[in-house]
Amino acid sequence: MIPEAVLRATRSQPSFLASIVLLAAVVFIGVFGSWLAPQDPFLLNPQIVNQGSSTAHWLGTDEFGRDLLSRLLIGVQPTLLVAIGATVIAGVFGTMIGIMGAYGRPLIAFLIMRSVDIMLSFPPILLALLAVGFWESGIFSLSVVIGVLYIPHFARVAHAATLQVSRMEFMEAEHAMGASARRVVFTAILPNILSPLVVQATLTVAAAILLESGLSFLGLGIVPPEPSWGQMIGTARGYLGQNPMYVIWPSLLLALTVLAINVVGDRLRDILDPRLREE
Amino acid sequence: MNASIAGALLLAARKLLTAFIQLLVVATLIFSVMYIMPGDPVLLLLGADSNPSPEAIASMRSQLGLDQPVLSQYFVWLWNALHLDFGKSLTNGYPVANYVMQNLPRTLELAFAAIIIAALIGVPLGIAAALKRGSMRDTVLTSIATIGISVPVYIMGTLLVLFFSLKLGLLPASGYTDISRNVLEHFRKLALPALALGFGLAASIARMTRSSVLEILGRDFVRALRAKGMSERRIIWQHVLRNAAIPIVTIIGLQLGNLMGGTVLVEAMFNWPGLSTLLVGAVSARNYPLVQGAMLAIAAAFILINLVVELLYSLLDPRIRRKRS
Amino acid sequence: MLEVRNLSIAFKTSAGLKSAVRDIDFTIRPGEILGLVGESGSGKTITSLGVMGLLPPNAVVTGGEVLIDGVDILKLPPADLRKLRGRHIAMIFQDPMASLDPIFTCGDQIVEAILLHEPIGRANARRKARELLEKVLIPDPDRAMRSYPHELSGGQCQRIMIAMAVACRPRIIIADEPTTALDVTVQKQVLELLRELNEEVGAAILLITHDLGVIYEVADRVVVMYAGDKMEEATTADLFAAPQSDYSRALIDSMPSLGREAERLPVIERDPSGRVLSVRPEPRVRPASSGPIPAEADRPLLEIRDLCKSYWVKPAPLAMPVEMCAVDHVSLSVAPRTTLGLVGESGCGKSTLSRAVIRLYKPDSGQILFKGKDIAGLSDKEMRPFRREIAMVFQNPYGSLNPRQTVAQLVEAPMVIFADDDAAGRQGRVRSLLEAVGLPATAAQKYPHEFSGGQRQRIAIARALALKPSLVICDEAVSALDVSVQAQVLNLLKDLQAEFDLTYLFISHDLSVVEHVSDTVAVMQRGRIVEYGTAAAIFGNPQEAYTRMLLDAVPTVGLVRGGKEAP
Repeated sequence: MIPEAVLRATRSQPSFLASIVLLAAVVFIGVFGSWLAPQDPFLLNPQIVNQGSSTAHWLGTDEFGRDLLSRLLIGVQPTLLVAIGATVIAGVFGTMIGIMGAYGRPLIAFLIMRSVDIMLSFPPILLALLAVGFWESGIFSLSVVIGVLYIPHFARVAHAATLQVSRMEFMEAEHAMGASARRVVFTAILPNILSPLVVQATLTVAAAILLESGLSFLGLGIVPPEPSWGQMIGTARGYLGQNPMYVIWPSLLLALTVLAINVVGDRLRDILDPRLREE
Repeated sequence: MNASIAGALLLAARKLLTAFIQLLVVATLIFSVMYIMPGDPVLLLLGADSNPSPEAIASMRSQLGLDQPVLSQYFVWLWNALHLDFGKSLTNGYPVANYVMQNLPRTLELAFAAIIIAALIGVPLGIAAALKRGSMRDTVLTSIATIGISVPVYIMGTLLVLFFSLKLGLLPASGYTDISRNVLEHFRKLALPALALGFGLAASIARMTRSSVLEILGRDFVRALRAKGMSERRIIWQHVLRNAAIPIVTIIGLQLGNLMGGTVLVEAMFNWPGLSTLLVGAVSARNYPLVQGAMLAIAAAFILINLVVELLYSLLDPRIRRKRS
Repeated sequence: MLEVRNLSIAFKTSAGLKSAVRDIDFTIRPGEILGLVGESGSGKTITSLGVMGLLPPNAVVTGGEVLIDGVDILKLPPADLRKLRGRHIAMIFQDPMASLDPIFTCGDQIVEAILLHEPIGRANARRKARELLEKVLIPDPDRAMRSYPHELSGGQCQRIMIAMAVACRPRIIIADEPTTALDVTVQKQVLELLRELNEEVGAAILLITHDLGVIYEVADRVVVMYAGDKMEEATTADLFAAPQSDYSRALIDSMPSLGREAERLPVIERDPSGRVLSVRPEPRVRPASSGPIPAEADRPLLEIRDLCKSYWVKPAPLAMPVEMCAVDHVSLSVAPRTTLGLVGESGCGKSTLSRAVIRLYKPDSGQILFKGKDIAGLSDKEMRPFRREIAMVFQNPYGSLNPRQTVAQLVEAPMVIFADDDAAGRQGRVRSLLEAVGLPATAAQKYPHEFSGGQRQRIAIARALALKPSLVICDEAVSALDVSVQAQVLNLLKDLQAEFDLTYLFISHDLSVVEHVSDTVAVMQRGRIVEYGTAAAIFGNPQEAYTRMLLDAVPTVGLVRGGKEAP
């Protein structure tokens, strides 16, 4: 049902296909980056700082003489790990909370959804800043912080979708047959709210990447010597006049990755939403 | 007539109350930040390495009021906050409120400038794309908008600096000049940060505007208007856009609320001394009263903006204004 | 005056052009009412949109012409076509509230419609608008002018649409299912209004509907459509007296009609050569395995005593919440192996009552005696064993089946919930249930979206029978189905009743259907049972004024109505 629609979409829109390929490449680099890197990303070489491309260093060097290409290749790892980790945390807990908010007892539901609203009243970057500033930086803490911050977003989507599904007659049918709450959630609710959740997941991955890279840019996310694309962009700003390519390469890669995620997310929404409506 | 006005006032009063409660809850959360966060503020302040004596710790604690029971600290803090007294900065003892009042307008100014740019660019683009759905124009505009939301704001800012500052030398790359000192310079320094924020926002607004307009174009009443013999132009300007105004205003308003915190990166990049800059500095220095004051100001601004948007929304949509009896 | 010649319309799909309407031909003479009748998918709506030049972007005219006074309007430049709309041809749609702009008052919209074609100035337009509202018999025209669409009822909105349509005295009004979304009593008023306007203003009306009764009441001539083809064109009298095409004949026959006795409704089938036939199926023979027919029990299977359920609603945002009685001291009983038909208009509380019986909520007071035991106040746990005995079939074939489960999973669901049998045993039972409802065994692995509305209702019925219930509640079970499909499902329900010793509580707003299936009937209005008795008594000799009003409002074929004599 769904896979055939995805295949059709792939054929009809080249941008979708290109985005999938790009993302596959990014994930590939994320997994195998350490082996793909031509040079040691941590090797300092004060003699060749801030150089443009050369035969030895295809994309040039950074302010410590380290090979830019190698740093770029492993710089995607923390970003990917944080993005996926955060999305999983937000997805699992957010969905649980959202369903409870729609399906549980009225008082608990009310409290849950009001809390969700209040949490949504803070821009995530601010809270992330606070949390990371007081706690610690690093892949694990960033994943947890960003994941927790996006729980309300998932909760809201799961909540709205569950409410919509609850109004359908097959939910009444389940109750009339005497189905237990567990059965209702797992056979009736979850399979039918997957579509908006998948869309939200792509949005969250993109947002997590932007958030992590933003924090790293400020020097609060992934800290040196561990490279991350956002961090590299932040450092590169200081050398804008000397070696503008230092800023351009990670910027380009980051923007393209986020763009690919957004294109895929848009297309998924087109495929999944109308089907939800017609059903 | 009377019932309608009374009904509207009641609605407004309810929203005001909800907003106030929301602020209260948020304030409580902000207050408890200090207790959740790891690290003893007193030790951090005195400097853990200098090995402070127990007397010094105790005296600092009572100075900060930390020896009182938590609940009483909470109420004292709340009471003070209502009087706009956020305590004193731990680094230099100046009232936090001063810092907040000084920096808040600068963030507000940046946010408003950004949203105006974003709305002026994004709304027309979104409408133009929606009206010629599927055409080349639509594809191009939608693609630009998708790219716009994918480029992080700090990259946008960097590119703008690269182009306007370094290459063309037209606008300054950072800094702040107070408007009372030099009007022109003030706006020159506002330009790049506002544009950096505004472009990304414009893309987001364009996308949401496009889908709102498309949704309205698909409604039954548009078909009925065509059946009445109305020109397409009139349908769009008199009916579609007016219906679309409601969700568009909501979108813009919500983005404005988000901007209150979203200025963090831009303020850092361009050295714009706003509230977010204050906050980042306070976090690093563990300056809790300042952190609390700044966060409270941001939250209050956000909640207030959302309240205004909701009231505006009720005003524009007669279905909310006058519920069916 | 309006001539449609060889009109063909197709949809643009990813797989090329898909034909929707083929070579449609008909004429509307000045001042006459032409009915365009067909079931869903017959192409009647898309034809009307084609005539107006209002096809959706994914549809295109592939041939033919539409002539108004000899001018082919399909070849007109858009600007000229636009001038015709509203002035010479007007259209009213199925969902009146959705067809009005929600942010303008009704008065403003009527004025706008007037000024569009007659620049007579705002003040004059307002006066004319008010006159029009009086003509369409809107109660309190001044208030209606000031109101927004969501503040009025469906019937009132439709009157506003009609007022706008006649504002510029058009020569043709196209009415697309104008009364389908309305209660039967409101429908009667709106149809009468259309007929009066037709006489007074002299506008011809193209009335599109699936309801043959409406056609009989109102139309002068009829065009019958089926799957994009024209089946027949005749005067109303001729069509009902002696239908020429097989499809028309089958369609008329399969429609349950007040006063017509029939054990089994004829259904529409195709014979091997593809010809449409009307077939009257034989009642199914009761299999020997079902055991002997149980003797008449002296106790009713279901007895409802003084049942009450109310909700708190706020009539206006400012007012105090008021208690609204959805079910108001209702008392009924149903004997085993019979059918009780519960009939009433929308909002009368019949659905609330049905959900009380199946205990989807606890009633406020009263008793529900099932086989002598009161289930009204039971806890969920105590209620569980009773859920085997009572099953429900819902109205919406598209919403009552979980789209993510296969047919087998759907039908065996009750067995899974009660942990009956093992997987193999359940599969066997699923197969036999599917057979009982007339679905092939291959259906078990498919998903609901692969089936039509009628087939989905069969799946729902199979599911209802899974645990061998004694009572089956059919809540508007056939209301969402086409007439021909409805006939099949009604026949199926009768067969199953005999085969499985079922008792039905059959709820519907459609009086003809209720008369066809019920042994006893209860008429409900605003939460109360207005009249209650055998079907023969209620339909043959109604006592209460409300019952008589309801029966009167039903457009019925063959009885003396509105000046049209029965053949």
